[in-house]
Amino acid sequence: MNLSSISLEISVLALGLVVMLADLWLPAERKRGLGYAAAAALGVLLIWNLKGCGSCAVEGVSFGGMFVQDSLSIFFKRFFLVAAILVLILAVEFSDRFAAGVSEYFSLTIFALAGMLFAASANHFALLFVALELITVTFYVLTSFQRSRQVSLEAGIKYLIIGALSSAFMVFGIALVTGISGKMNFTELAEVAGQYAGNKLFLLGVLFVLVGLGFKIAAVPFQIWAPDVYQGAPTPTTAFLAVGSKAAGFVLLLRFLFAGVPAVTVQWTNLLIVISAITILYGNLCALPQRNVKRLLGYSSISHAGYLLLGIAALSTAGRSAVLYYLGGYLFTVIAAFAVIGIVMRHLDTEDVSGLAGLGQRSPLLAATMTISMVSLAGIPPLAGFFGKFLLLKAVIEQGAVNHGYYCLAFVALAGVVMSFYYYFGVVRAIYWGQGSTDLSPITVSVPMKFAIYVCIAGIFFLGLVPGPLMKQTDKAAAVLQPVPEVTAVSSAN
Amino acid sequence: MTTLSYIFLLPLIAAFVLALVPRNFAVIMRLGAVIATFITAILAVKMFWGFDSAVADANGYKFVSTIPWLGAESLGLACKLGVDGINVGLVLMGAIVAFAAACCSWEIKSREKEFYILLLVMTGGILGAFASLDLFFFYFFHELALVPTFIMIGLWGRGEKKNYAAFQITLYLSAGALIALIGLIALYLAVPVELRTFDIPTLTNYFLNNPMAAATQNFIFPLLLFGFGILVSLWPFHTWAPIGYGSAPTATAMLHAGVLKKFGLYGLIRVALPMMPEAAQSWMHVLAWLCVGNLLYCGWVAMQQKNFNWLVGYSSVAHMGFIFLGIASLTLVGVTGAVLVMVAHGFLAALTFGLSGYIYQQTGTLEMKDLGGLLRKLPFIGTALIMAAFAGCGLPGFANFAGEVTVFFGVWQEPSLRLIVVLACWGALIIGAVYMLRAVRNVLHADLPEKWANVSDAPHIWRKLPFIILIFSLVLFGFLPRLLTDKITPVASTIVQMARPVAAREAAVANEVLGLATPASGQAATASDEAAAQPKADTPATTDNQ
Repeated sequence: MNLSSISLEISVLALGLVVMLADLWLPAERKRGLGYAAAAALGVLLIWNLKGCGSCAVEGVSFGGMFVQDSLSIFFKRFFLVAAILVLILAVEFSDRFAAGVSEYFSLTIFALAGMLFAASANHFALLFVALELITVTFYVLTSFQRSRQVSLEAGIKYLIIGALSSAFMVFGIALVTGISGKMNFTELAEVAGQYAGNKLFLLGVLFVLVGLGFKIAAVPFQIWAPDVYQGAPTPTTAFLAVGSKAAGFVLLLRFLFAGVPAVTVQWTNLLIVISAITILYGNLCALPQRNVKRLLGYSSISHAGYLLLGIAALSTAGRSAVLYYLGGYLFTVIAAFAVIGIVMRHLDTEDVSGLAGLGQRSPLLAATMTISMVSLAGIPPLAGFFGKFLLLKAVIEQGAVNHGYYCLAFVALAGVVMSFYYYFGVVRAIYWGQGSTDLSPITVSVPMKFAIYVCIAGIFFLGLVPGPLMKQTDKAAAVLQPVPEVTAVSSAN
Repeated sequence: MTTLSYIFLLPLIAAFVLALVPRNFAVIMRLGAVIATFITAILAVKMFWGFDSAVADANGYKFVSTIPWLGAESLGLACKLGVDGINVGLVLMGAIVAFAAACCSWEIKSREKEFYILLLVMTGGILGAFASLDLFFFYFFHELALVPTFIMIGLWGRGEKKNYAAFQITLYLSAGALIALIGLIALYLAVPVELRTFDIPTLTNYFLNNPMAAATQNFIFPLLLFGFGILVSLWPFHTWAPIGYGSAPTATAMLHAGVLKKFGLYGLIRVALPMMPEAAQSWMHVLAWLCVGNLLYCGWVAMQQKNFNWLVGYSSVAHMGFIFLGIASLTLVGVTGAVLVMVAHGFLAALTFGLSGYIYQQTGTLEMKDLGGLLRKLPFIGTALIMAAFAGCGLPGFANFAGEVTVFFGVWQEPSLRLIVVLACWGALIIGAVYMLRAVRNVLHADLPEKWANVSDAPHIWRKLPFIILIFSLVLFGFLPRLLTDKITPVASTIVQMARPVAAREAAVANEVLGLATPASGQAATASDEAAAQPKADTPATTDNQ
């Protein structure tokens, strides 16, 4: 037992409880301020963390090897903190649409954050499952938070049913893997995974765990919930789902595949390639005809899961580092997009693309933000999305000499990118050329929201223009998963 | 920081400054853009002038500098700029065309702020792409210039089809650029891990000493050839060009058709030829036959056009054929000629689109059946258009003639391509003359329809200035092509030697046989080009008589 190593998680949980309790005493009109206070408190935790104080100062494992603190987990913890701060600011802006329970929304967001922080450090099936459930269960509530809106409830129920199903798969998978190998800890599992690489039941177990994680990241064929839930959920929830929940899925996937069962991962290269390719194509093709902005971003998020899987399928440190870099850029880009959607569509019944018409005149700042984030999602320099895609493609082509499937994968990714221009620029077109907007009144943006938007824009440009600093971090974080004898054996053989 | 880094940074800094100015001051936007591009152009002229006396680094590049805060060391990525004989002319041309384009933007009456910011970003991107000695930034700056193109066509474009045009050009060019990107990444990865770098000179030297495996070459080269080919509107991937230029605002068409489009050609010469010689030789025949498509097919389509801007668009596609042909010859003279045509066509395309933009602004249409007799009302613009048409059909005295004829001589040295030279001559001399002169007749001569009674010529010197500068540049390099060829030839000979060690020797022999000096002494080679141009100049006359 070493409580100091989970001091960050404990602080976040305590903050969530404080926010929940504060609700009892605060007068109704001041409850919105609670969100800002919570965001500020998380900001303090982030600065504390960045300065290297507290739990991130001590690297190593604790709780009998369950909880690991290394560069990878620290990278993701900072990532989740930034995401949660921005999402809380979004939530305050959005809170006038909640009938009741504004502070519950804030505290649930913080609990989800705690789950993500645990997920970043999970090195054990038990912690993996608990962290994942903490995230998923809070998201069931967050998704259906607008009780008066039918689509929100529908989204919540869909998420609940499919989420429960995938959790069941995951538990089954964990049971099979543990039952056969007798190991719950990833480090110990890695040592014996090689022996069981031919065992059908063991492989089935690994596959089931992947099903559970595939659900979190919305990879094909477990993507079916994403568009509905993205569309129906309140906008801040969608943003957190797109960024936080997906990243949590990826950190667990990275740990499980490369720290837990590296021997199986190497065998399944082609499976990963195929999943990645299909996810990219599915997401992009389905996004083409969409008119609802949030649904469109739902499909686009599927395609981005596919791009991120490129880096995992590459089975190299460069690939894993690229995944982290891409997530970094994706964080700012997606939150910026949802911030704009949240503000602009607040008073509209529809979330149709045409609702953005005339935004160029109504608020040049929001119009520019949306344009920048769409262009960055499309992957065009000098923005973050381009550099991330560049690193992913580089990692994939680098492996092309090993397995020619990677070349095909690179071309599929390319086709996906070209397709995506159509719908991303469709949004940009709606902003500047859209016809038929009746309302041309200027939109006012609150100061904290402006702050969040400027942070996102600065992040998008910085990661696109000055990749050096973040790359140093991601390289270090990705190197944590390096010592995999089988993988190195394969790459050195070529 | 050298002159070159100022040339590249100035438009970007100006764009940033303009972004801070409130949007009500439209005049300041315009002035800011014109002044920034003007200083850039002056600096570019200064650099061009001082090029010969500047100190070269170990790889022969001059004005080399690195922009420190861009890049990532762990990837071997640094924003390194530098010029040699090939891109110095392109940077000069880009800067002058950018100034002309900024001057020609009178027609923009809405959202001036965004327009001039995008124009300056595009200019900075273009100059950065041509000046970059780093493979990554070479691509990066090209994309940086490409995005404003799409937005400008969509926002300030003309005609009903502008949305369609904006989408088509976006998808085509992005696909081309991404294919090229895969090739460039593969090129970067073809080097062993510990030596990996994006530095173009280092890569070139590395591949010179350790040639790539033939299979790798044959994988990467087509990616670059077709990726860049789409960007340069290589037949049959040219369909985006006429519709794109037909719908683009004047300044965008000038900058894209004039300068940005040359990026792909420059990439072929700078990257593909020296680094992948074997693949270059095996693919060159494919390229040579495809460019017949540009020269004849697109020329023929240009003859059928009813809209002047579409005609100019197709003619610009057709002219790309000469450059591809020069590159495909893999001879010293051919490559030199290709670079010369790149510069010349840049000025020409900018001039033609600038003039057509002026006419469109006055009349609101470019359908040739509606126009006519405009020379009476527009003596200056009309004269400039006639000169542009003459330059376009390759009349001696203009830079295009010097370049095209050099290309023909270069390609003739390659026996297997002689048939193509004959076809290309037809494309250049007959087809080009037919559509250009027909356009001049339809637009400028014949009766003046009454509705154009009140169109007015460029009123004062400021409106005429961009056209005067472009015509002056065309004539200057037409009469003194050696200003460029002296700089191009030494570099081109290195590239050709790398691309084709054996053939380069043959070319040297051929030059001696023709009584020419060896490639290394550029001046003599140029002199011989001009001497050789003499008999060629008679050919069009005789053909016309028939």
